[in-house]
Amino acid sequence: QKIEGIIKSPFSTDEKLNKYDDVTSYNNFYEFGTGKGDPLDNSGDFQPKPWTIKVDGLCNNPGEIGIEDLMGQYQQEERIYRMRCVEAWSMVIPWVGVELASLLKKFDPKTEAKYVEFTTLFDPKQFPGQKYPIIAWPYTEGLRMDEAMHPLTLLATGIFGEELPPQNGAPIRLVVPWKYGFKSIKSIVRIRFVDKMPTSTWMQQAPSEYGFYANVNPDVDHPRWTQAKERRIGEFFRRPTLAFNGYAEEVADLYKGMDLRKNF
Amino acid sequence: MAGKRKIPIKPFVFLVCLLPAFWLVYGIFTGTLGANPIETILRDLGDWTLRFLLLGLAISTVRRLMGWAWVMRYRRMIGLFAFFYAFLHLAVYIGIDHFFDWATIWKDIVKRPYITIGMTALLLLIPLAVTSPKIMVRKLGGARWKKLHKLVYPIAIMGVVHFYLLVKADVREPLIYGGILLFLLGERLYRRYGESFQFAKSIR
Repeated sequence: QKIEGIIKSPFSTDEKLNKYDDVTSYNNFYEFGTGKGDPLDNSGDFQPKPWTIKVDGLCNNPGEIGIEDLMGQYQQEERIYRMRCVEAWSMVIPWVGVELASLLKKFDPKTEAKYVEFTTLFDPKQFPGQKYPIIAWPYTEGLRMDEAMHPLTLLATGIFGEELPPQNGAPIRLVVPWKYGFKSIKSIVRIRFVDKMPTSTWMQQAPSEYGFYANVNPDVDHPRWTQAKERRIGEFFRRPTLAFNGYAEEVADLYKGMDLRKNF
Repeated sequence: MAGKRKIPIKPFVFLVCLLPAFWLVYGIFTGTLGANPIETILRDLGDWTLRFLLLGLAISTVRRLMGWAWVMRYRRMIGLFAFFYAFLHLAVYIGIDHFFDWATIWKDIVKRPYITIGMTALLLLIPLAVTSPKIMVRKLGGARWKKLHKLVYPIAIMGVVHFYLLVKADVREPLIYGGILLFLLGERLYRRYGESFQFAKSIR
């Protein structure tokens, strides 16, 4: 369904959008299967409504919010972002959603809260991929507090002006455009303020390959893929990958003084 | 043999073996290979290389287990198709996926074990393909030719390891290939050492 009352955002790139069909048929969403086409093929019975997100942990105002309330109470913005997968491909996607910071503030995080942890729904009936222990379910991700509060960080509710299709993480997902795609956790049911760095699913799966930060960085190779270049879906030649996926001006300050080779 | 048959089987098998390649060419022209066709092509060619390698190894196993001597007629062709798909796999990796970006390709070979292993397996396939004609068997002498072609065992193992190392988390598919390979190699080991093992027991 169409999302009403969307405003445009100055954070959008003017690069050429990827095709709707490509954005919705080429997905890494292991909950529906590990093939790129599995999420589209296996998500026919997925029920993104009703849906509640529980927000708790180190905050003064823990609680829940339903997806309808979230979409009704918060201004929905269109944000056209580059999305760079750790597998060295990328897309340009017109997301719709709300700044994560505006939602988090409502729950009033305490000063001890240093990180935010996100969890995907665990429901093998709806997510057939969860029947096999390919990775440790449920999928978990995390951001440092300042990353979570950064104005670029989006909680997406839609793409191309419509509600998110299941394969893209319905009904609500994270979008952190300067990090590899796997940080942008899908189908979120829980957000928790914590004082210690959460161990994300991929860190747990292969600690030498995936770090907590996962900032797009052409100078730090993944052991299995060079990250210097990427293939924009729909293009033939690989193009050079940009530091922080081209968002260095906005986010490089967050990592000042950090060794990004160690904190990969 | 083939002269007595009404239907020529060998050309038919040959065409069947070409179907995966035809399917990819068809997909390229109809645009049905998905959002990332280069990845699809590369992956598909890799899959078919492994399948033909295992099929080639399965032929003598089938002959021994089922007693079907006729299957041996297809072994060389199947083996050459494994080489054919492996060669296309490499060509697409170099010429299309990386568009002859030799610096990146060289770094890939040196740095990434799955590519190092895959590339080695591919290089080792070349002498087998070159010595596949019957005349080469005569030139080399049967014993030496046989010895050379035992290279197919490490090649197949490297092929499966190459696949195993490249998947991110879901190792089920490479494990299936690995299981089949283990059976095919196990049958050979059992045939070779199993009997002498029993013989040793009978002396005792």
